[in-house]
Amino acid sequence: MKNTIAERILDFLKGYPPFNLIPKPTLLEIAKKVEIHYFEKDQIIFSQNDSPHEHFYIIYEGAFRLYRFAEGKKHVLDICDEGDLFGLRPLIMKENYLMGAAANEETILYGIPINLFNDIILNYPKVSQFLIASFATNTRDPFSEKHKGKLFANIQAIKKVENSFSETQAVKYTPNPITCNATTTIKEAAIIMTENVINSIVITENKKPIGIITDKDIRTKVGTGHFKITDIAEKIMSHPVFTFPEKLAVAEAQIALLKHKVSHLCITKDGTNNSELVGILAEQDLNLIQGNNPLLLIKEIKKAKDAETLKYIRFRAGDLTKGYIEQEIPIYFVTKVISEINTAITKRAIQLSIKEIGKEPPTDFTWFAVGSQGRKEQLLMTDQDNALVFENVDESEYKNVKCYFLELATKVTEKLNIVGFDYCPANIMASNPKWCLSLKEWKQQFKEWIKDPIPEKILLSIIFYDFELIYGNQELYDNMAKSVLKHIKKNQSFLGFLGKVTLDNPAPLGFFKQFLVELDGENKDSFDIKSRAIRPLTDAARIFSLYHGLQINNSIARFEKLMEVEPQNADLFESCANAFKILLQFRTLQGLTNNNTGRYVDINNLSKADRLKLKSCFKPIKNIQDSLKLRFKITQII
Amino acid sequence: MINFFKRKKHPKFWKDYIEKVESSKNYNNYEAIRFVALDTETTGFDYDKDRILCIGAIALKNNKIQVNDSFEVYVKQTTFNKETIKIHGIRKNGTEVKVSEEEALIQFLEYLDDAIIVAHHTKFDITMINQALKRLKIGPLQSKLLDTNYIHKKIAPENRFKKLFSLDELCNLYNITMHDRHTASGDALLTAILFLKLTAKFKKNNILNLTELIRTNYYLS
Repeated sequence: MKNTIAERILDFLKGYPPFNLIPKPTLLEIAKKVEIHYFEKDQIIFSQNDSPHEHFYIIYEGAFRLYRFAEGKKHVLDICDEGDLFGLRPLIMKENYLMGAAANEETILYGIPINLFNDIILNYPKVSQFLIASFATNTRDPFSEKHKGKLFANIQAIKKVENSFSETQAVKYTPNPITCNATTTIKEAAIIMTENVINSIVITENKKPIGIITDKDIRTKVGTGHFKITDIAEKIMSHPVFTFPEKLAVAEAQIALLKHKVSHLCITKDGTNNSELVGILAEQDLNLIQGNNPLLLIKEIKKAKDAETLKYIRFRAGDLTKGYIEQEIPIYFVTKVISEINTAITKRAIQLSIKEIGKEPPTDFTWFAVGSQGRKEQLLMTDQDNALVFENVDESEYKNVKCYFLELATKVTEKLNIVGFDYCPANIMASNPKWCLSLKEWKQQFKEWIKDPIPEKILLSIIFYDFELIYGNQELYDNMAKSVLKHIKKNQSFLGFLGKVTLDNPAPLGFFKQFLVELDGENKDSFDIKSRAIRPLTDAARIFSLYHGLQINNSIARFEKLMEVEPQNADLFESCANAFKILLQFRTLQGLTNNNTGRYVDINNLSKADRLKLKSCFKPIKNIQDSLKLRFKITQII
Repeated sequence: MINFFKRKKHPKFWKDYIEKVESSKNYNNYEAIRFVALDTETTGFDYDKDRILCIGAIALKNNKIQVNDSFEVYVKQTTFNKETIKIHGIRKNGTEVKVSEEEALIQFLEYLDDAIIVAHHTKFDITMINQALKRLKIGPLQSKLLDTNYIHKKIAPENRFKKLFSLDELCNLYNITMHDRHTASGDALLTAILFLKLTAKFKKNNILNLTELIRTNYYLS
């Protein structure tokens, strides 16, 4: 049979080494087996350390860049263009990719199956000579005069990336810290600090730490004139101090610093503040530890120059999550850290996109996350859910302004997609003209949803009422949030409609106290932890906090605030918050173990303890649903 | 009952084809769907008088064009149109191996299997094939159809709303270098590349699955 397409591919291949060394009939067999790929600019075909594909690649049209991360920095090793080969060496050596490859521009590639090529290497010595020579000399075409590239990076120069995961290591603190007494004067304390070149001094009493003075205290409390240098240390010291035992894991220390918003932790003999001080740990001690610490990752994100660097950092953040969960670090802090990282990535993606467009935004705007990202409850990689609001503009300018923001949003969503956040299947993204609106339009939209709560609008409300500012103008965001809360206040019956929807998901215990499992489809007989257990809680948290006009999105934070607002129901809300934490941790662990979203739990494979743990979470779900029913008179709405 | 007897008379290759399309389990999983980009060269544009000269096709799966899954067949002719020879270059006594129209269709249906057809101005190619099938007292094709023109419509900005585009115009618009224009296989490959580019754009603002793609067929109506 005539094969016009294979012949054309052959015509192309025979123009480039090593294919020019292969006789035509053999080359035609190769051409017949080619796969043609298309890549948009910046799309990644493989990342460093990925396992090898079944094909290597030759560029038909366009260009690819090869890059490598070493010591946290990205190095672009080469730009390949038409006729250049890449991704061959790992296939021959049967090892993971030593570098990543991404489209430098729109590119069409031919993928050539390695199994076919292995025979050719054996049968055509000229081909293997060419390959050996190019691997050894780092050049793309060792037979050509100019050695322009480093396609096959020098093996000596590339050491396998070591596992730099250091979170589980114990921290290295400063032992025997300098101390003073509560009655030491500030002047004396400052002299001691200056002499010892330290930025903090611990105040002890019988060797037990009772407070700490840092450079900052002297600046803000003494420098400002609130206290005199002749006052005693006790007056300006921060107390109590946060104490930990000697074997403090790096991750725990990081979270403690984030949680308490302090710069120093005290290490004591038994870990309480009632025992002898043995050391001090400062924030900067942690930064020195090489590895994936969140502060360092965020710093790297801020400096990242492209999407593949962001992808690499996010990949390391994934390791971080795993380590945290394994160490049973409280889920609330883990979500916080990961959300901060995701937020930083989005921010950076927006900045890079603005730079790419080459024009500053025509007016103020705010990028906000909605759904679970808006609630800051993401641990695993999920879909993008985002939207954009821009300042009201004159009608004459509207079209251009919207055009700009749509272009911006498209670039940002493309970048986030490269990082690993899939496009939202429901198209809830700022790149959708429906979700890229002026302030006036958003307010109008929210108003309509509240006034006319038909089912599909309720679903949108549920997603959009968890919106969190990610980047841009705070005022725009506040303005929008306030307007939503105002309308809901005026239309309290709307909350009843929201409640109705969530009660369609009853508490997940069946008649015989069995788990309610899925009855059909791919996930038959498994328990849908997301929609049956987690969602009823997030829904309830949302409804109650909208009721009280709280501008909070995180479910745990919502429940905690509700405990304050309704002290008579504090027990109920606390039990919900606890159940939520357990469920989220459970889901994340499931997801990490099975390498999926963790949404469907195989009940039959659960240990007795896990079943009980899950079941204990269902009671609060039932209670809060009963409470919703009563409060919002939901039975009256049909 | 009438239907039953009618069906019985159908040749085996046609029944096999219908069976494959109807029992396919691949349509729900985008990565498993086999798309076949195709183009036909014909003696002219009259559905009744003109005939298929050549069918060229190439398959795509999971966003990759599979060169090892391509198809090309030339049909023996009695009718000839001097005008169109200038376009496609297939002469009455050219050197390509030619088979009868029936044999060409048998091979094509065997190749087509349960694939989704992608073409440019799909209606023209499909009508030509259906007319040929009719001459064998079978048809029309039951495969699901997509048209690159309509997918483009769905993702293109509003101001190009009404116009239909030629393959050349879309190739220019999407930056596709044209080789082998006006050979069936060459055009099928261009259509396949165009389809890859279109779906890459499509998925940014739409769910990329078969239902949503087929929905674009109604975009103009």
